[in-house]
Amino acid sequence: MSTLFDLLVAGLATGAIYALVAVGFTLLWQTSQTINFAQGEFVMLPAFLMLAAMHVGAPFWLAIIIGILLSMILLGLAFKMLLVDPMLRHGVLPLAIATMALAIGIKEAVKQFFSAEASPFPSIVPTGDIRILGHAVALQSVGVLVVAILAVVGLTMLLTRTSLGHQMQAAAQNPTVARIIGVPVERMILLTFLINAFLVALASMLITPIYLAKFSSGEVLGQAAFIAAIVGGFNQVRGAIAGGLLIGVLDNLAAAYVSTQYRAAVPMIFLIVVILFRPQGLLGRAEERTV
Amino acid sequence: MSNLGKTLKIALGLAVIAALIIVPMNFNRYGLFILSQWAVMTIAAMGLNLTLGYAGQVSLAQGAFVGIGAYAAAIMTTHGWPLPAALVVAIVLSFAIGWVLGYPALRVQHHYLAFVTLAFSTLAFLVFRNESWLTGGIYGISNIPRPNILGFATNRPLPFYYVCLGSLAIVSLAVWWLIRSPWGRAFMALRENPLRAQSLGVDTRRYTLMAFAIGSALGGVAGALYAPLTQYIDPVPFNLSLSLDLLMMVIVGGAGFFLGPFLGAMIAVLLPEWLRFTEGYYLMIYAVAVMVLLIWSPTGILGILDRYMAERRTKAASALRAVAKSRLETAQ
Repeated sequence: MSTLFDLLVAGLATGAIYALVAVGFTLLWQTSQTINFAQGEFVMLPAFLMLAAMHVGAPFWLAIIIGILLSMILLGLAFKMLLVDPMLRHGVLPLAIATMALAIGIKEAVKQFFSAEASPFPSIVPTGDIRILGHAVALQSVGVLVVAILAVVGLTMLLTRTSLGHQMQAAAQNPTVARIIGVPVERMILLTFLINAFLVALASMLITPIYLAKFSSGEVLGQAAFIAAIVGGFNQVRGAIAGGLLIGVLDNLAAAYVSTQYRAAVPMIFLIVVILFRPQGLLGRAEERTV
Repeated sequence: MSNLGKTLKIALGLAVIAALIIVPMNFNRYGLFILSQWAVMTIAAMGLNLTLGYAGQVSLAQGAFVGIGAYAAAIMTTHGWPLPAALVVAIVLSFAIGWVLGYPALRVQHHYLAFVTLAFSTLAFLVFRNESWLTGGIYGISNIPRPNILGFATNRPLPFYYVCLGSLAIVSLAVWWLIRSPWGRAFMALRENPLRAQSLGVDTRRYTLMAFAIGSALGGVAGALYAPLTQYIDPVPFNLSLSLDLLMMVIVGGAGFFLGPFLGAMIAVLLPEWLRFTEGYYLMIYAVAVMVLLIWSPTGILGILDRYMAERRTKAASALRAVAKSRLETAQ
């Protein structure tokens, strides 16, 4: 049974990263109907920003801060002001296509300005194992889980406990009424974009030591985050978290018990089944907003 | 005035067709390959334009149907079957699978539908890659023969370019006819207001499935041409990014416009080639160009033209109104 335990832990660790990315994805959808096809590339880029900062001599901790700040400026502020704002009123599809083009642009820019090869990335957690319940567990998995859980708990507290969080939720659920009762809706939307940028930078820092920094690594990750978001519930933060963990575990179990060739098929089939029989997602509510 | 416009349009169309026939005669191998690819991708994009632009059903699986058509053609022609037979099989196969893929569209719409088709696209890619007894797996299928059409061998690039162009012409005429038939009108009714379409007696269920099936069948046609064009196929070109590319072509060209796919495929296939002189930067510039275009005109290139024409028409109409009004006043 030790293998099953290992698989579960590894699955939860990758699932926690998927969850971070999926939460950001649903936040953008909720507040501004943005389906971000570049979300995977958003995760890929911050690692390169951090590597670049280290390249010019910054120590690792400073590089992380610079990387996170730069991503918030580029992937949060600039993304919203330059691409989302001008296109928002023209409907979901053109904006989605524009983010596809953005994904190509980011990938090519990284390939051109950094490297087409995979580069190693330092881990914030030391390598090695600790023993939990008689099983050796990689410290890295534990570290990833802890950071991801902290981030998610922090975000949930922000959304449910603070006035700022309530204003954000109001802006997402009913912008018109929110505006009437004095919520600065525009600023709230900008805030969700900044939070998304922060989350993807965090995910980038956690996942890159495992899978290396490569310009194309966003494709798989972006898809996993989509699936997680939909499976869990497109309009629910906790749905996205559950979906992320579920997809992470499912993916790892499928690799071990189904076949390595068709491991990618399992989450896809799961996705199709969920959409057909429970389109609002496992934890989501039926969409209340009229389209 | 409108008569003159019509003649002008026809003359312009004929000039473009003549140019497509004559100008490539002294193109080199690569130029002809790219142009043939443009014709093939236009066919696939026209299929998606039917599904998305006219019937309003988002599909991220068109690339998978190009793959299905390509593999059908590759497997059959390497086993000695003629290409037309393979083409029929490709059409029937993509039509049937497209029909089945349409069923989710009866339950879910918009982004949910997009994601179901996205999942299908990935599944199809896995089948292409893993079922090596049929598809050759990652090694693919090589030495795909080009057909003899009416006794002419089309092995050389120029004759095969004419095969692609001729197919494009046939498909264009068929689609032109289709969108003007009652079916096309039913598709548009489906896009604009499904509820009203249903209450007017349009069998929305059947037309939704049809929109998927016909669109997918055109993807299959494109695939059946793609295989002999490249003469070697493996799973990689048919992954999700082809579906995304095709979707981009339709939106960038102008979804729901007959000529949209032609322009969209031109941008997606030819623009990167024209930008090759910028070396490593060409895809970046391409991406930025697509974003800028969409910011400027979310309805695509033809959307710009459409707006301009509408503006001119309103101006002309108000000018006429002003003339009529002044006449009325002088008569009084």
